[in-house]
Amino acid sequence: MSGLPIVLFDGTVYGMLLFLMSVGLSVTLGLMGVVNLAHGSFAAIGGFASVVLVHRLGMPFLLGVPLAALITAAIGGVLEAVLFRRLYRRGPLDQVLFTIGMVYVWIAVSTRIWGAGQQPADLPAFLQGQIALWPGAEVGAYRLFLLILGGVLAAGIFFGLERTRFGARVRAAQSDRDMAGGVGINVDRLFLLSFAIGAGLAGAGGALAIPVIGLDPSFPLKYLAFFLIVVSLGGPGTVTGSLVAALIVGIVDVAGKYYLPGAGGFLIYALVVAMLIWRPQGLVART
Amino acid sequence: MTTPRSNPPAPLNLTVAVHDPARRRALKLVGAGALGAALSQVAGGIAFAADAEPLKIGLIVTYSGPYADYGKQMDNGIALWLKQNGERVAGRAVEIVRRDTAGPAPDLAARFARELITRDKVQVIIGLDFSPNAMAIAPVLSQAKVPCIILNASASDIPKKSDYIARISFTVGQVSAPMGTWAGRQGIRTAMTVVADYSSGADAETAFKTTFEAGGGKVVDSLRVPMNNPDFSAYVQRIKDTRPEAVFFFFPSGDLPNNFLKAAKERGLAEAGIRLLATGEAMDDSYMQAAGDAGLGLITTHHYSTAHESDLNRKFIAGYAADNGDYAPNYMAMTAYDGMAVLDKALTATGGKTDGATLMGALKGLSIESPRGPIEIGDKTRDIIQTVYVRRTERLENGKLACIEFDKFEKVQDPRA
Amino acid sequence: MSDLHSSISWRRPVAEAAVLAALAALPLVSQDYLLLLTQVAVLALFTLSLELLVGQAGILSLGHAAFFGIGAYAAAFLALAGWEEPISGLLIAGGIAGLAGLAMAPLVLRASGLTQLMVTLCLGLMLHEAASRGRDWTGGDDGLSGFLNSPVLGLFEFDLFGVTGYLYALAVLGICFAAFTLMRAAPFGTALRGIRQNPVRMAALGTPVGARLAQAYALSAAMAGLAGALMAETTQSVALEALSFQRSAEVLIVLILGGVGSRYGALIGAAVYVLARDWLSALSPEYWLGWLGLLMMAVVLVAPRGIAGLLARVRLPRARAKTEDRA
Repeated sequence: MSGLPIVLFDGTVYGMLLFLMSVGLSVTLGLMGVVNLAHGSFAAIGGFASVVLVHRLGMPFLLGVPLAALITAAIGGVLEAVLFRRLYRRGPLDQVLFTIGMVYVWIAVSTRIWGAGQQPADLPAFLQGQIALWPGAEVGAYRLFLLILGGVLAAGIFFGLERTRFGARVRAAQSDRDMAGGVGINVDRLFLLSFAIGAGLAGAGGALAIPVIGLDPSFPLKYLAFFLIVVSLGGPGTVTGSLVAALIVGIVDVAGKYYLPGAGGFLIYALVVAMLIWRPQGLVART
Repeated sequence: MTTPRSNPPAPLNLTVAVHDPARRRALKLVGAGALGAALSQVAGGIAFAADAEPLKIGLIVTYSGPYADYGKQMDNGIALWLKQNGERVAGRAVEIVRRDTAGPAPDLAARFARELITRDKVQVIIGLDFSPNAMAIAPVLSQAKVPCIILNASASDIPKKSDYIARISFTVGQVSAPMGTWAGRQGIRTAMTVVADYSSGADAETAFKTTFEAGGGKVVDSLRVPMNNPDFSAYVQRIKDTRPEAVFFFFPSGDLPNNFLKAAKERGLAEAGIRLLATGEAMDDSYMQAAGDAGLGLITTHHYSTAHESDLNRKFIAGYAADNGDYAPNYMAMTAYDGMAVLDKALTATGGKTDGATLMGALKGLSIESPRGPIEIGDKTRDIIQTVYVRRTERLENGKLACIEFDKFEKVQDPRA
Repeated sequence: MSDLHSSISWRRPVAEAAVLAALAALPLVSQDYLLLLTQVAVLALFTLSLELLVGQAGILSLGHAAFFGIGAYAAAFLALAGWEEPISGLLIAGGIAGLAGLAMAPLVLRASGLTQLMVTLCLGLMLHEAASRGRDWTGGDDGLSGFLNSPVLGLFEFDLFGVTGYLYALAVLGICFAAFTLMRAAPFGTALRGIRQNPVRMAALGTPVGARLAQAYALSAAMAGLAGALMAETTQSVALEALSFQRSAEVLIVLILGGVGSRYGALIGAAVYVLARDWLSALSPEYWLGWLGLLMMAVVLVAPRGIAGLLARVRLPRARAKTEDRA
């Protein structure tokens, strides 16, 4: 029939999408101390890239999405070197003004190129429709795909941060940038790479999310509040925190809408206020 | 990359350039007593140099932000009508002063209305895509006695807010109520409603429920969805578990209807025997192609489909395509096109008089043939009376989705009229 | 605080009064831009309230529209209920917003930094949601309109050209700016800036840190409420977007654009923002937002302390040269 398992499943998938789109923001905030309100633009770039690749050029979906992520990562890397680097030593208010300005520019540019309407984002046939996990428990094929892929990507991020030399350097730079530079880590290159990876993940998240939540030029502003909620709940700079927070937000949102549709948007905002007052540093405090 | 989108037709562009503040200052220096005369001299390169004063129209809509399409559609519709009618309204050249509210922004709309009247000296105001904007300018119109033709804002009460407002678009109740009647006639006995949680959503819910239950049906559950709702899975799951015979939904045109349709397809509502019903907002031409296969078979009620079978509509569609290429018209372009036709007929009737009382007198009870079919402005209500069509979304031979009309309700008014 | 010392001199108040008088005389010359300037005045007052919060007390907010909206709706409710006298309506609305600020202060002040930003954001969104649901009172997203306040001081009617509205807004802004200036120089203002720089030391010095911050929060909320009420009374309408996230973000942008921590930042930011927006959106209705974005990015790169900071930098070398002469 339905009930809790389906709600948990849908909530987890929604949470995975939020995680992919927000985790880069958490990294830039925790590692480089940049409040990048333009982060949603990277998700949108990934979305537009996949629309162009898959719908205009007819590329297979499974090839188009990773390529869109790579394109976004490349653009993120260039922007880091040209623009974001100038913001590292600036106050958070300057960063807010600058990155919101970037969002405005991006919205104007994407409206100019693609128009203000919604972009088509059809799924390939094998990802459409439903799959029965067990008799009576039917889930969307695409959602199952998202769950598996999101899990793999999250595992990859953990492995990369905890088990590789690169991850160790990132963690070192995060706890003390100057000291990391002192022991011979090329901090500039490290930041560039981390930023590009964060942008690439957002691009992947955007490309994967648009078949569910749609895409138009105002995308980066529309979902900005959700990205910020995930990052602040989880605690800036922690991947675990972002994942847990994204899953909580996703599950509470879906469960609230299923069981208490009358509560509307209240539930999620009240949850955020309550949790932030309970744990002001985020669920997983930065070490 | 389709360029036609970004190039509004030339005539409109030229008149807009006159409102460059620097240019306006230059005009002041000339010290021309009659501002209008000076303006037509500046714009003298265009055809109407020999005219008396051009008709000045203030256009308040959205040109930027998420709803930027609204303004672009209206601009295109107006430009098309002018092009097809010798660039003249009731024999006069036209000058349009455009103002962008960037979405719902009542304080901005009220300021624009006042500035258009006091500074730019427009004779009539048109446009108004968002209801709060239309509500906010109503007191200004009453105070200044300047007529206004509403080209989109669909809240029921708007014409009641000022005697100087006439509406030629539609109301949400007007297009929702026939769906309730139609569903009852199909033998549908139980339905659920899902609407966006705002005024128009509530209007749609009430209108559908009233006519559906009057026909013997029962609305078993009503869901209201926050406006900022990315993921519909929970709502669709709830519908599936409730198992009504049909679900009626209303969301403002944009991405919400498509997201809902996709979630409904993914979860197989149609396979579960639940019929999907909606108003035409779900199939707004600016967004419907993005719905893809999820839109197929959807039944909608609305006042206009680009696929409407009539000579005037074919002329409208062909003319629009000639100017704008792939960029398809939607109901707002059509309404703006009608706006010019209505103004033309009313001004012809008044012999060119534009004062509030006279022009409003001519607008009351006025009827024209529109690309959507026959329309009339209510004699007392100053609100639109028109045919509401029942349509099914189908895929045409060219691969595009279209709303094919197969049933209709004639002379429909707002249910609260 | 070099700014503070120079403000004690007599020259500034005189210069400021002269600017105010010139602005007040504007309707005699031209009535074309009064409505636009009224909007500048409302936004300047709203931004000034945020400057009190962010620039003086160091409290971050991404939900300040909550108080703007409360003030606007309160003024509209009063006028619709028959309380049409504008000045008392304005004060009552400001008072209500101030009380709301006092009530919310404990929640907001528990947090700091990003967390504080998010708490204010979510509280603002909740209020927006509540007003959207309370359709019977607030008119939902259609808003409230069609109310008209009685003449100001029983003499000056709110006219179509906006002369009364303009002078009224200018007067309210002038009074609030003077009050802000006095507060800034008073021990209360000094205490706030001390807390912003080092709350622990201020507490050790015996300043009741929590109470001072709560007072600042309530004062700022009241001033934002005045701005909202001023908007409602001069435009004769209020709608849901008075409470929106966009408005909260906009006022923060205007403040940073103008310059945080400076006395003129709010005024300059509001003027530049509204005028640039009006100018750009007339030139390019579809893409003005992008041009505004470029302006914002340029300000960060060229003028790190906002436009007010840039102007001060231009002026400062001269002033410094003078003092060196004397030495």
